[in-house]
Amino acid sequence: MAEIETPGAPSTALGIAELEASLERSRAQREWRARISGILYPIGVVLGVLAVWEVGARMLGVPAFLLPPPSAIGVSFIANASLLLFHGWITTAEILLGFVLSIVVGIPLALAIFLWPAFSRSILPLLVSSQAMPKVAVAPLFLVWFGFGLLPKVLIAFLIAFFPIVINTAVGLALIEPEKIYLARSMGFGATATFFKIRLPNALPAIFGGLKISITLAVVGAVVGEFVGGDAGLGYLLMVANGSMDTRLLFAGIVALTVLGVVLFLLVELAERLAIPRHIIAGDRGVHETA
Amino acid sequence: MQGLSKVYATRDGPVRALDQVSVQARRGEFLSVVGPSGCGKSTLLMIAAGLLSPSSGTVSIDGRVVFHPRTDVGIVFQSPVLLEWRTALGNVMLQAEAKKLERTAAERRARELLGAVGLSGFEDKYPHELSGGMRQRVSLCRALIHNPNQLLMDEPFGALDALTRDQLVLDLQKIWNERRITVLFITHSVPEAVFLSDRIMVMTPRPGKVDRVIDIELPRPRTLAMRETPEFARYSREILNLFLARGVLCEH
Repeated sequence: MAEIETPGAPSTALGIAELEASLERSRAQREWRARISGILYPIGVVLGVLAVWEVGARMLGVPAFLLPPPSAIGVSFIANASLLLFHGWITTAEILLGFVLSIVVGIPLALAIFLWPAFSRSILPLLVSSQAMPKVAVAPLFLVWFGFGLLPKVLIAFLIAFFPIVINTAVGLALIEPEKIYLARSMGFGATATFFKIRLPNALPAIFGGLKISITLAVVGAVVGEFVGGDAGLGYLLMVANGSMDTRLLFAGIVALTVLGVVLFLLVELAERLAIPRHIIAGDRGVHETA
Repeated sequence: MQGLSKVYATRDGPVRALDQVSVQARRGEFLSVVGPSGCGKSTLLMIAAGLLSPSSGTVSIDGRVVFHPRTDVGIVFQSPVLLEWRTALGNVMLQAEAKKLERTAAERRARELLGAVGLSGFEDKYPHELSGGMRQRVSLCRALIHNPNQLLMDEPFGALDALTRDQLVLDLQKIWNERRITVLFITHSVPEAVFLSDRIMVMTPRPGKVDRVIDIELPRPRTLAMRETPEFARYSREILNLFLARGVLCEH
């Protein structure tokens, strides 16, 4: 792509030092341009889509209850800011509680699966079939059991979100070169030290991969819970807006949920950056860097 | 090592990897094991390190029988087996942490060792920033930092290019000359074995038995030019002839 040098006229007049300096300059320039375009291009696309949407909705006279123009959604967002904030806060609490519960239950469960083959053999089929079951179908049941409060939403978020953590952690712990374990033993590390110095750090990229999937699923779970039976939260707000044909508020709610989801995802990613050196984060090496 | 045998249970029935192998390494000796692939060379090393237990026979050090993984040795595997999340220095220090060595002294020693194999300035690089040869050097430093009295090496240079191999062989000879620790060196490279060793144990194809033990009486320190001398060629020839006789090699 842009990385490939185009052969120009051979610059025999230049010394090798000058050639190096100029190459270094053009490399730095290329890198800078790539970084800027990585930010500007997506913004440009979004703005373009919004502009087409705005103009199209107005020119074709699409009724506002079907597809309100972005400006109207923006106005509604600002007008309902305190409402969105209130409900958003409740949804955030449900998501985070569900996510934390997934970690608290998922990681020890994965540990047990890894440590005791008999446990793994008896529990894994159950786990897998629990995932085949559509969680939305269980939501009404949770409502009957736990009422309309926070708890059923947290539990649904947990039910959807914990599985990737369990699987990724268990696989991450098991996936290790046997030589690393031999090495640890020949160095004289005991079982505990081997686990904390070698096996756990070795599994961290996989664990964080699971956490990143899990946080997005927790958002889905919380909203599903609110759909089925809630009296608060962004999901509930969407249902209310839908019922009163307030499509602008509906869109504003969707925007709020999207922002919430992205922010939570970025927070998990930030934790990952802090926990492990950048170069071993799973899938972090982009397509461009491999070119 | 006395009468070592190792039988693996596999789906196709038991496989005999080692058959009654006995060998005595002398203190401070460079002992190589050469043999075709699958003759149980690596198994032999794992047993010597106490990481695998033999099906029969015993490994003993100074008359004491080994049951557990031995922590007083340094091991270098065919792949460097570095921890990706630790720097070169951090990987060498792993051994010091395992042995609970005093930190500042161990770190000074780790830096010295890395410097001795030409890695000064690379202490804070991560494995993915190092070349294959550099990684294997880090692995060598890690095997030496606790001053082991035995170094076990399992085809350590097998995955490297020819030039890097030559350099590492020279580096290894220098380190061995300075410390005179006992080295058990597994390889399938005949010239490498002749160049480095005091004695070479040649093994037969599976099941691995001791075919012949050859004393190498070339003066030390050995130089690359020595590989062209008639004595060097005679030793290589002797080993190759053994391989030809056993059908490991076949001239058309």
